[in-house]
Amino acid sequence: MWLDPKNPQLNHNGELHHLLSLDGLPASILWQILDTAKSFAGVTEREVKKVPLLRGKAVFNLFFEPSTRTRTTFEIAAKRLSADVINLAINISSQTKGETVLDTVANLAAMQADMFIVRHAASGAPYLIAKHVAPEIHVVNAGDGRHAHPTQGLLDMFTIRHYKHDFTQLRVAIVGDILHSRVARSQIQALSSLGCPEIRVIAPKTLLPSNVESLGVRVYHEMREGLKDVDVVMMLRLQNERMQGALLASAQEFFKYYGLTEDKLELAKPDAIVLHPGPMNRGVEIDSSVADGQQSVILPQVTFGIAIRMAVMSILAGN
Amino acid sequence: MPGKPLPDAEQLLQALVAKMRPEVGPETGLVGIHTGGVWLAERLHKALGLKTPCGALDVSFYRDDYERIGLHRDVKRSDIPFDVEGRPLVLVDDVLYTGRTIRAAMNELFDYGRPQSIRLAALIDRGGRELPIAAQWVGATVEVGAGEGIELKRDERERLSLALYKRSAPDVA
Repeated sequence: MWLDPKNPQLNHNGELHHLLSLDGLPASILWQILDTAKSFAGVTEREVKKVPLLRGKAVFNLFFEPSTRTRTTFEIAAKRLSADVINLAINISSQTKGETVLDTVANLAAMQADMFIVRHAASGAPYLIAKHVAPEIHVVNAGDGRHAHPTQGLLDMFTIRHYKHDFTQLRVAIVGDILHSRVARSQIQALSSLGCPEIRVIAPKTLLPSNVESLGVRVYHEMREGLKDVDVVMMLRLQNERMQGALLASAQEFFKYYGLTEDKLELAKPDAIVLHPGPMNRGVEIDSSVADGQQSVILPQVTFGIAIRMAVMSILAGN
Repeated sequence: MPGKPLPDAEQLLQALVAKMRPEVGPETGLVGIHTGGVWLAERLHKALGLKTPCGALDVSFYRDDYERIGLHRDVKRSDIPFDVEGRPLVLVDDVLYTGRTIRAAMNELFDYGRPQSIRLAALIDRGGRELPIAAQWVGATVEVGAGEGIELKRDERERLSLALYKRSAPDVA
């Protein structure tokens, strides 16, 4: 299998072979995934929520880092495609990274895996695996370190498209811990590929990567200013477990300045929608009244995530 | 263009309507197969005065060539706006060829429920069946070469017509 060295996700026909990042993916592939997911959303409303596309295929959920929602939605998606799903929660302490990850993968490949869904705390781990697997095996990045979480970015785009239809008229704000977020990067890349004209990031200086403007976003440190007239508010989880050193005084203070409350949300357009990738820290980055409010689309995001993952897996396995 | 000219699609449609009218009750559900079959189903639905709304299927998730050629681009959303359980159904497609699309469509329909019966209406039967499938109603039987395909087109005034095209890779119709 020849893969493009500049973009090892694509095969010689420019089709998706692995999904590792949204970075460098042509807009046509993003649209293909979003359109296909729309058809799968119809399948999940039927009596029998299954199609036979991946019958006889083995999908391995390879989670080197804990995750409930992502792993479960990948599992449901694979099962709705009629694949056999094998879940492996690999204790990172028993691994010494590098070689042993590849050994694990080689062993699983010998069990006739067709696809690996990989979650790893180290940025780039899915690339390493993709580089070493047999050519007929597909790899999907389910979140690697601070780097990328492409299916989350895609399901966010699906959600925005579902409610707002047209990206080219939108003002979108991404709020919170941009620095430690792999979701934010994928969101920014996808939004710009799909033609969103104004992407704002709202965060304290300590939670922003130093080169963030180079991604083509407008930076706001004052949340009330940044939320003015936006159509979409994308909240990020405050990554407590990743926080090293004193980047913030306290969770309470973060909530005061960057927590999404009803009165701050009033500054956005009246029909603005609120997204959150979960799991939520209520009272830290988002107030319960907003999370459970009229403008919240946080639970539909989870449902749409199944259709997006069905689309990604069925496109990959067919290429 | 060698060979006989293709028949007029609008006339074939009228012929189909005449054949189907005595045999299709108002509770029958019409299900068109994307894209040409959906256009036909809409026209048949109107002409036959059926009560049950029209359904549409995109059989991409059920095709038997997925292993060989992958998922089709531009998959449409299947939409069956009525209860399939216990209902007589008519599948509608523009061109009946190998029968593989019809096989896929029947499999998909059963994931919505157990219909009382499924019959098949096709505007064109071009022969070449690879599965034991036959249509109850056919507009016309047409012979074309293996390297050619027939497609249904619809203009801006919604008039239907047939056209020949060169088939680049083997596909199923």
